[in-house]
Amino acid sequence: MQQNVKVNLTKEQYLHLYYFMLLTRAFEEAILKLYRQGKIVGGAYTGNGNEATAVGSAFALETKDYLFPMHRDMGAHLVKGQSLRHLMLQHLGRGNSLSKGRDGTGHYADPSLKIYGNISHLGAMIPMAAGVALASKLRKEKAVVMTYIGDGGSNVGDVHESLAMASVMKLPLILIIENNQFAYSTPVAKQKAMEKYSDRAAGYGIPGVTIDGTDIELVYKTCKTAVERARASEGPTLIESVTMRMHGHSAHDGAEYVPKTLLVEWKKKDPVQRIEKLLQDKKILTSTIKEEYEKKVFLELEDAVQFAIDSPYPPAEDAAIGVYAV
Amino acid sequence: MAHITYIEAISQGLWEEMERDSSVFLLGEDIGLFGGAFKVTKGFLQHFGEDRVIDTVLAETAILGAATGAAVVGMRPVAEMQFADFVTTGFSQLVNNSASIHYRWHLPCPMVVRLPSGAGIHGGPFHSRNPEAWFFHQPGLKIVAPATPYDAKGLIKAAIRDSNPVVYLEHKRLYRHIKGEVPDTEYIVEIGKGDIKRSGNDVSIITYGSMVHMALEAADVVQNEYGISVEVIDLRSLMPLDTELIFQSVRKTGKVLIAHEDNITGGIGGEIAALISDQCFQYLDAPVKRIGAIDTPTPYCPTLEEFFLPNTKKVIAALQELAAF
Repeated sequence: MQQNVKVNLTKEQYLHLYYFMLLTRAFEEAILKLYRQGKIVGGAYTGNGNEATAVGSAFALETKDYLFPMHRDMGAHLVKGQSLRHLMLQHLGRGNSLSKGRDGTGHYADPSLKIYGNISHLGAMIPMAAGVALASKLRKEKAVVMTYIGDGGSNVGDVHESLAMASVMKLPLILIIENNQFAYSTPVAKQKAMEKYSDRAAGYGIPGVTIDGTDIELVYKTCKTAVERARASEGPTLIESVTMRMHGHSAHDGAEYVPKTLLVEWKKKDPVQRIEKLLQDKKILTSTIKEEYEKKVFLELEDAVQFAIDSPYPPAEDAAIGVYAV
Repeated sequence: MAHITYIEAISQGLWEEMERDSSVFLLGEDIGLFGGAFKVTKGFLQHFGEDRVIDTVLAETAILGAATGAAVVGMRPVAEMQFADFVTTGFSQLVNNSASIHYRWHLPCPMVVRLPSGAGIHGGPFHSRNPEAWFFHQPGLKIVAPATPYDAKGLIKAAIRDSNPVVYLEHKRLYRHIKGEVPDTEYIVEIGKGDIKRSGNDVSIITYGSMVHMALEAADVVQNEYGISVEVIDLRSLMPLDTELIFQSVRKTGKVLIAHEDNITGGIGGEIAALISDQCFQYLDAPVKRIGAIDTPTPYCPTLEEFFLPNTKKVIAALQELAAF
């Protein structure tokens, strides 16, 4: 795939990316804390190690574009405009959350921001994302749809059927396979026989590329290329973003099955540290700005956590209403 | 009034809704150039163009998922499964995504899934399914099963206008075997409303789809030969059920036969029997009886399939038994 889009980000844009990287990391740490405190009653998932992929990919989208994120993509929700308060309300299952307590985590939709969260069935959102891409094409919106799947989830038949349809119809769809080395406890070597996930693109006659998913500039540049291609009605792109799942599958999982050496190796490529270094090298990030951003993120999170904790659960009888649209 | 077939009624309903609302579009396998395996959409591609009559890849999950996605962002897709049997391949999309979207996301999901269903055409185990009970058990879906051209047209139009995912069961054996009157003027049949297809006093038959016609034939026979007066309730909608109409009829006759072509165990008839038992117990003069296909896969050859399926004779026997109770 031709990476013909130059990364010409302004200082403000770099700092914008940095802010969202910090925010994503801090948000997910807050989630883990709330889980351990028993305040999150169900599952809690993080994308530690995946932040550059989540943030960099969503940064390539415009307001009119659609986002179908997965559970490691909290950064994409944030970049697309979702508020910390809403995300926190979702995780705490409050009545004023976007799903009104009917589901947790990132399982919500916010049509005002064109965010359509995932369900737990891996791959199940990609046919829907293809349908939104079809609607965009039929209505000549020139809006693209970006969606994600993991290395394990990419084997689900839904993914294949969606790419079969999207490639034939030249739908404006971008699929990022987040290869984070483990599908729950199963190492990626037990998920695929080919060398790279992007090799699968050839089977659909679409471009496929494998990138280092901890390099935010590369993620952004690759996604921007795919977005422009989709917007020009040239069809879908498959991007394999190679990262590491630095935490367990979910908060309850200690991930003892992950070799420690692997974690040590990948820690050297920590996406948040990478962007810090990048911005320091570019003389954009000073210690004053860093402190200022960290404080800003801290205060914003503190507000969101308190707001969510202070918000009530929905009334019990609400469980029975809203199955059907009137 | 026009005298048209059941399949023409479905086509007319689809056509009129596509003319009326530009957000309605069709997607499915072989529906465009070929006009559909049963020709429900013959001529549609030429009139509406390939953006509104979409021949898809052979991939039921993609079809149902794409319909769901398009519906969530404001279009009104009508997806055709070539045979109802094949909806199993895309089952997850319907029960996990489409059905729960309004409850979880508080957004409408206005889509229709057309399912050419039913046995009696020597389709064998994989072209004969009556899949309603699977979907009946899934909150969030509506299900309709018309028996006549009037209802087929009125319900496809209502299904397209509904803000929820609607499973539309069209019985393949009725396609060209049943003709009926359809008004020249615009009408719809409200989802959730049953219809008294024949009024009577001694026994109620609660039924839908292809069995409506067998129930009516049987009612004629037992009236003429044994003087048994039978009321035939055509549910038309399976979800939501018109429970008030069912209960009214049961309170009047006190004796009930529930008839569906789907196999008995775990079929919708069991739920209806439970509702009647709960709400009409003091009105009952006999146990609630059910009739349906036997609990096997649908067999292929004529002798086996005939044994497998309910038919008019079996309905007559059940009515006699109930009347004599």
